[in-house]
Amino acid sequence: MNWTQLLTDIAAIIAVSAPLIIATMGIYLSERAGVINLSVDGSMLLAGMTGFAVAYTTNSVVLGFVAAALVGGLIAALIAYLGVSLRISQTAIGFVLALLCTDLSSFLGNPYVQQTGPAVPAWSIPGLTTIPVLGQLLFSHDAVIYLSLTLVPLIAWWMMRTRSGLIVRGLGERPDALFARGIDVIRWRYVMVIIGGVLIGLAGAAYTLDLKQGWTYRHMAGTGWIALAIVIFGAWRPWRILLGCYFFAALQTMASRLQDNSWQIPTQVLQVAPFVVMILVLAVVNSLGAPELQRWINRLPTPLRRMIRFLTSPAPAALGQPFIQQ
Amino acid sequence: MHVSIQQLNKSFGPVRANQDITIAFAAGQIHGILGENGAGKSTLMKLLSGVYKPDSGQIFINGNAVTLGTPRLAVQIGIGMVGQDPLDVPVFSVLENIACGLQMPSDADIRQQIMHWSTTLGFPLHPDQRMRDLTVGQRQQVEIVRLLIAGSHVLILDEPTTGITAAQVAALFAALKTIVATGKTVLFVTHKLDEIEVLCNTVTVLRAGQLVGTQLAMPISKEAMLTAMFGEFLTHPQVPAKPIPTDAPRWQLSDTMLQDTTFVLGPLNLSLPKGMIIGLAGLEGSGQRVFMHHLAGTAHPDRGHVHFNGQPLTRANPLVAWLPADRLHEGIIGAMSLSEHVQLLRDSLLAANQNATEKTAQLIVDYAIKATPDMPLQQLSGGNQQRAMLALIPESAQGILLEHPTRGLDTVSAMAIWQRLQVRRDNGATVLFFSADLSEIMQYSDAVLVFFGGQVSRLLARDSLSEEALAALIGGVGFAEVSA
Amino acid sequence: MKTQFVALRTPIIAMIVALTITAVLLLLAGADVFAAFGVLLTGALTTPSRIADMLMLLAPLLLCAVGLTMSFAAGQYNLGIEGQMTVGGVAAMWFLRGYQDGAPVLVYWIGAVLCGMLMGALWALLVALLKRYMRVSEIFAGLGFNFVALGLALYLVFGPWKRPGVASMSGTEPLADALWLPTVTGTRLTLVTPLLAIVMLAIVWRLIRHTHWGLQVRACGLSALASVRMGVPATRRTLEAMALCGACAGMAGALQVIGVYHALVPNVASGIGLMGLLVALLVRADIRWVAAVALFFAVITSGSIQLPLTLSIDSSISGVLQGLIVLAVIVARARRGEEVA
Repeated sequence: MNWTQLLTDIAAIIAVSAPLIIATMGIYLSERAGVINLSVDGSMLLAGMTGFAVAYTTNSVVLGFVAAALVGGLIAALIAYLGVSLRISQTAIGFVLALLCTDLSSFLGNPYVQQTGPAVPAWSIPGLTTIPVLGQLLFSHDAVIYLSLTLVPLIAWWMMRTRSGLIVRGLGERPDALFARGIDVIRWRYVMVIIGGVLIGLAGAAYTLDLKQGWTYRHMAGTGWIALAIVIFGAWRPWRILLGCYFFAALQTMASRLQDNSWQIPTQVLQVAPFVVMILVLAVVNSLGAPELQRWINRLPTPLRRMIRFLTSPAPAALGQPFIQQ
Repeated sequence: MHVSIQQLNKSFGPVRANQDITIAFAAGQIHGILGENGAGKSTLMKLLSGVYKPDSGQIFINGNAVTLGTPRLAVQIGIGMVGQDPLDVPVFSVLENIACGLQMPSDADIRQQIMHWSTTLGFPLHPDQRMRDLTVGQRQQVEIVRLLIAGSHVLILDEPTTGITAAQVAALFAALKTIVATGKTVLFVTHKLDEIEVLCNTVTVLRAGQLVGTQLAMPISKEAMLTAMFGEFLTHPQVPAKPIPTDAPRWQLSDTMLQDTTFVLGPLNLSLPKGMIIGLAGLEGSGQRVFMHHLAGTAHPDRGHVHFNGQPLTRANPLVAWLPADRLHEGIIGAMSLSEHVQLLRDSLLAANQNATEKTAQLIVDYAIKATPDMPLQQLSGGNQQRAMLALIPESAQGILLEHPTRGLDTVSAMAIWQRLQVRRDNGATVLFFSADLSEIMQYSDAVLVFFGGQVSRLLARDSLSEEALAALIGGVGFAEVSA
Repeated sequence: MKTQFVALRTPIIAMIVALTITAVLLLLAGADVFAAFGVLLTGALTTPSRIADMLMLLAPLLLCAVGLTMSFAAGQYNLGIEGQMTVGGVAAMWFLRGYQDGAPVLVYWIGAVLCGMLMGALWALLVALLKRYMRVSEIFAGLGFNFVALGLALYLVFGPWKRPGVASMSGTEPLADALWLPTVTGTRLTLVTPLLAIVMLAIVWRLIRHTHWGLQVRACGLSALASVRMGVPATRRTLEAMALCGACAGMAGALQVIGVYHALVPNVASGIGLMGLLVALLVRADIRWVAAVALFFAVITSGSIQLPLTLSIDSSISGVLQGLIVLAVIVARARRGEEVA
């Protein structure tokens, strides 16, 4: 493997991970506020399909993204209404909506299958592309990828450094405490779930209008579930979620690179492999936090223990639980 | 800030938690709110802090009528409450916890104010400590500082001295005096007479949701306060108490420390004899629940052992039946019927059988449960659920632990339940219960354990006590003499 | 009479809402709404061979739904059902590969089904253990193991078990003709599969509703705390219920291999498990309705296959209709203040 090849691969990883980052950030915002949006896989498909259909019809990529954001936001609003206001099990409605939206995308997207539509144009940032290494890695992509690159630092800063971010973190931990401080828990949760949904919708369009242009039956099915898993893997911390996205994208890039080699592993297996590896890693990392293992972990030397602590921060305490106003 | 309340009413279903309450709280003073369990203190404080909406009545701040009913409005007006379990976010730092929900100052300002207030009030707080690493007493201090920084003029403290150390109590009292010296108002809810005596400028007594007399300026004698709290005392219990036997005990605790996440109890040295009904007296949350969990074997002592019939308890023992107060959550399975519960407790391959059907019918008659065998228990009234739970205690049980055995029941049902429990006792079972109702403890116990300040008294023969003396012990008066 | 009407009113209103939304969607797609509903509801029943195809879908669907009713009764969301079906198929194929001409076929059939059940049970148990002892949500553990199962099947189909010369998604080398389950003349239907599904339904019905074991499982699902207080071994019952669900799914996977595909195909599960989850969500833990709802779902799913041919409408509308019905019923229940699942 040579230097240029490595650069190409890393640039590819950055590109492949872009929609995933946008989606995971959407999930992150919603789950930090204490609401699980389990419909991500279906939401992304329906929003991505709508985005492509609108862009195809109007020949405007921007309108495509707007439509996708709207669809994602609407599904999220429905989840907020059912899960936050009516307090129905978020797992049940999220799961049903995931399946429902998947089939809906197939049904409504039928006329657009295999059509060629507009796509996000490449947009190298003038001047910056000439910087050696970084220029090629970071600045010769398109707007979607730049968005993905700025989103994580922005959200991380907002969540960890601002007063409103503090409120959102509190919502997912102990809504009663925030209610006692005079904060309208229900309204904040609605807002966060809908913003999350908008991002999930944009991520769908990032596939159909950019990374995997066009529309086919179940275009990128499965990625939504992976996005949900990556947020758990990332322990609800933005930078670690980013790491998870890059890890998954790296696995995917590696898998497609292996196809070129004369390995004996069939392509189809390689396509599934990243999902398998990701889930297994998640299971291992997650299980390290199990109380049953703590006694054993406590016997380890301190540096190892610290590393395990870092890997296993718990979920927001009120995640998925309805808030009942007294 | 001067707070007054006029004709305030609040009901929960048929229960009138607050009736026609009219009081005024002058600024710059500490006002004690006194009453036994269920007297309506907490409801009144929750009305003031906006957690509940009043059914009727008005609240005036500095003479102006205000609308309360949401915490947001209370925060705006400047009323803040520190609960028994402080409402903070465990993963936050002290700084974050205080900043959360505040509009104004910058983090640097808040940091400085935390330092300022912790020095002024003598609280050893650091802005970067994690809330989850703090003790209950420290979390309470954070809440007080938070309310002061948020600009509260009225601070409500609900039973603040439960579960905190003596040093923290002293620091708290000193801090409260400093706070009212700046013109703020403190409402101090408690059941401990000593605290009222050393701390408060006035005292208001609540009983059964109503104000007893008017607000009184301290000092007042303890006897007067006790009479106000409990009304006229019954002088003679109706059922003769069994003497405390001395043979091998049912439960034995020797130098045992009991603990849960917020509470430490002990060290305890106790022998609980066979064939007795033992009442646990004390304010709710004085450790009775921790105690029962350990006797049931569902929690394990920090130090020492709990022996049951001479054997150390290491897990839930089938001979011990535990009836939790939270019936629908922990006690019974709401969606299942009585006959299903009976089947659940029997060990046979097929669930439904003749035996179980007969047994269910028998229990319904014996315990006067108003239900058909196939009705889901969640459709039953509270009293019937309680009777069902009692009916389901296996005959073989040698230890029976009950939380509020007759709460929400009418007198006839309560008496029926006690008759049943007395039969169990006469068959050798040891029955432990706690109740918010002192006269129930006096009426049915053979012996009493008093819980106060993280300690448990020795086993006191009921006949050696009067209700008045028991009330005093619960309030901590004379507790040192009976402490084990 | 009156209470029965009230009980039925909720699902009826929910059905009307779901059908109305579906009708709007059909209109949007420019379809003849009534013709489309006609095809959906009756398309599967017009010819014997179509009825046969519908029954071939119904059988594995019923098996999955029955199993899931069990796991739902224990309070578990077994999203790993598709993976459990897949490994069931893999295990069955593994066993059948040992077949040589002249060996007793019946032994191989029974062996393959038992292998499938065992493997499905193990796969489900893995998820349940991860949840119980490692605090991994059963939803993600289940989904994860779906991917693992798919990867395994793909690996076998394209690797060690590939058809000589050509490896393709169409599956491994087909089974020897003798191993194909006998079919009803003129159709592809084997009677064994629906029969076994009904047997499993009867067994699970009996278990859930009439045995002490089933009562304990339901108790754990309704309130783990209260069950433990009353001496129910909650952990064991939950694991057993999950394993039983996995066994049902594994059986379905094995039967798909022996009776439908006559080979191992990567997509053995083909969404049947997920449809089973919808059925189970709809009936909750009440097994009395499983067969009827599964039949309804199988009819509209099979019927929808005619849609592209006769009306040029995409067949996914059947999935949309199913999803809408479940969603509407869940919402209606919540509005009536009932537990959802």
